[in-house]
Amino acid sequence: MSTTTLRPSQPVRSGAAGAARSSRRKAGAWHRLIQPLLVAALCAVVVGIPLWLALITSAKSQGEANLPDLSMPTQWHLLDNYQRAFSEGEVWRGLFGSLLVMVPSVVGVILFGSLAAWILARRSGRLAAVLYAAAISGLILPPAVVTIVLLLRQLGLASTPVGMIFIYMGMYMSIVIFFITGFVRTIPIELEEAARIDGARPVRIFFTIILPLLRPVIATATILVCLYIWNDVFYAFFVLGGGSTTTLQLNLFQIASSNLYQNNWNLIFAYVVISSLPLLVVFIFAQRKIISGITGGAVK
Amino acid sequence: MAHPIVDAERQLQRRDARMSERRQASSHPARFLLPAFAVLGVFFFLPTVFNFIYAFTDWSAFKSDINFVGFENFASLLGDGSLFTALRVTLIYAALVGIMQNVFGLGLALLFERDTRVNRFARVIFFIPVLMSALAVGYIFQALLKPAGAVNEILALVSGQNVHIAWLGDTTWTLVVVAFVNSWKWMGLAMIIFLAGLKTIPEDVLEAARMDGASAWKTFLRVKFPLLAPAITFNFATALLGSLNGFDTVQATTAGGPAQTTEVLNIYIFQIFGYGLYAQATTMSLVLFFLVLVLAFPVVGYLRKRENVL
Repeated sequence: MSTTTLRPSQPVRSGAAGAARSSRRKAGAWHRLIQPLLVAALCAVVVGIPLWLALITSAKSQGEANLPDLSMPTQWHLLDNYQRAFSEGEVWRGLFGSLLVMVPSVVGVILFGSLAAWILARRSGRLAAVLYAAAISGLILPPAVVTIVLLLRQLGLASTPVGMIFIYMGMYMSIVIFFITGFVRTIPIELEEAARIDGARPVRIFFTIILPLLRPVIATATILVCLYIWNDVFYAFFVLGGGSTTTLQLNLFQIASSNLYQNNWNLIFAYVVISSLPLLVVFIFAQRKIISGITGGAVK
Repeated sequence: MAHPIVDAERQLQRRDARMSERRQASSHPARFLLPAFAVLGVFFFLPTVFNFIYAFTDWSAFKSDINFVGFENFASLLGDGSLFTALRVTLIYAALVGIMQNVFGLGLALLFERDTRVNRFARVIFFIPVLMSALAVGYIFQALLKPAGAVNEILALVSGQNVHIAWLGDTTWTLVVVAFVNSWKWMGLAMIIFLAGLKTIPEDVLEAARMDGASAWKTFLRVKFPLLAPAITFNFATALLGSLNGFDTVQATTAGGPAQTTEVLNIYIFQIFGYGLYAQATTMSLVLFFLVLVLAFPVVGYLRKRENVL
């Protein structure tokens, strides 16, 4: 929206010079004063209030947190609450479980996905087209969550991190193949051919030429898949439920479900803060890369 | 007389195609597809195939053997009305999220369009909810929207009267409130997609509109909005698919209540799975599969076509 710059030296083209100038002056006031104030107010009300409620309630005593509001705590129980969240909510076990399922899933789905995407992007013919369509159908189709449990029981992987890893890989393989295939098609094939003439085999070409070139799209796919897996509770509940592995989100769900018997909003929100923090910290440090990564993949 | 030449050419072409396919087979071997398709086949497609089998059985937690029962599960879900209720709730919820998320995201993108320091800061702030889990967001809003909660307190302060709206206890409007909460969580993502779309609009097009004396509103309606078609496709499709398959936000705010008026398909599946009625849960999962199939392909197709026309 570049009604933007007030350039006094610029000649006014229209005959109604006064009208144009006054409308520009209005635009100037909007951009200099009103818009920034509006934006600040919007940030404070729309995002600030909900986040404030979580933060401030996590510092209150159980009695005061009984009915969560925006007021300051009369007595600070910040450390106390977070300590209880760590002990009763088993933060370390949850963090370990979250990483235990997320890291191998992401590495596996990116490696297998880009390997397949390279072939699918380079091979022509009807079979390749059909395989590509099948590979990306998971973009739209919902995972069959109930029979996943049945399958994992038959494979002896029910309630195990290994089962969870394979389920996540299956769920997000389509997104990865979709993004990476599109990207491979923009890489000139001549780069590969030069290496091929020099006698390089496919495995070598993939790992030394293709994979390094895929860095930006792999970053995008990694961010998205991490975001989904880290925040997932639905599939984790079905797959990991009843096992010894747990994740931060499953723990949060557990704590909040016991809320039926006692109002422990202070603990819930301490846990909300703890479980949200890792991604927020990563985001603060890599903000530009993350945003450009996500948008680069989405709008072509 | 042209015939023999044409034939020879065609033969050459065919040989070329065969050669290139053979060359492709050695330079881009099909065995590289194996790991990805093995994982997809076993852990994604196989459970989907199972859906078509176990929806017609009496699989449950209460007995060890599994027998075919035909359409009994469908009949019982149709009979007690839960199938249509869940379908209706899911559809309304998905449509509301699709619309709200796009409207909020577009509004924010237009407001934060210029690259000022305030705007860059605001974009970061509005992206925070995207990174939080839907479960966490749901709990925050459950607390905010209690009858004696912060939202009513603020409204009371502004209006000077007592406000006791049961935001999450209304059998008609709570579904809209839950859709709002879900849109609140995701609007930051829609916003940055729209911002990226706005960046792709060439400056000279906007300059031309300005020279023609178009107002900001006209420029938006006639120039920006049509050129944002790809961003709208992406945002609407992801919002629709995400909310058809939604669970976390609903579970954390209302858990399907009041009186099952926010019970989307996945909440229903989650609950009856908890009761041990696995076959019924599978049947609902199959219903969800078909709902997405029937809805998503035409919607995505329509939006894509709209992009081409413009």
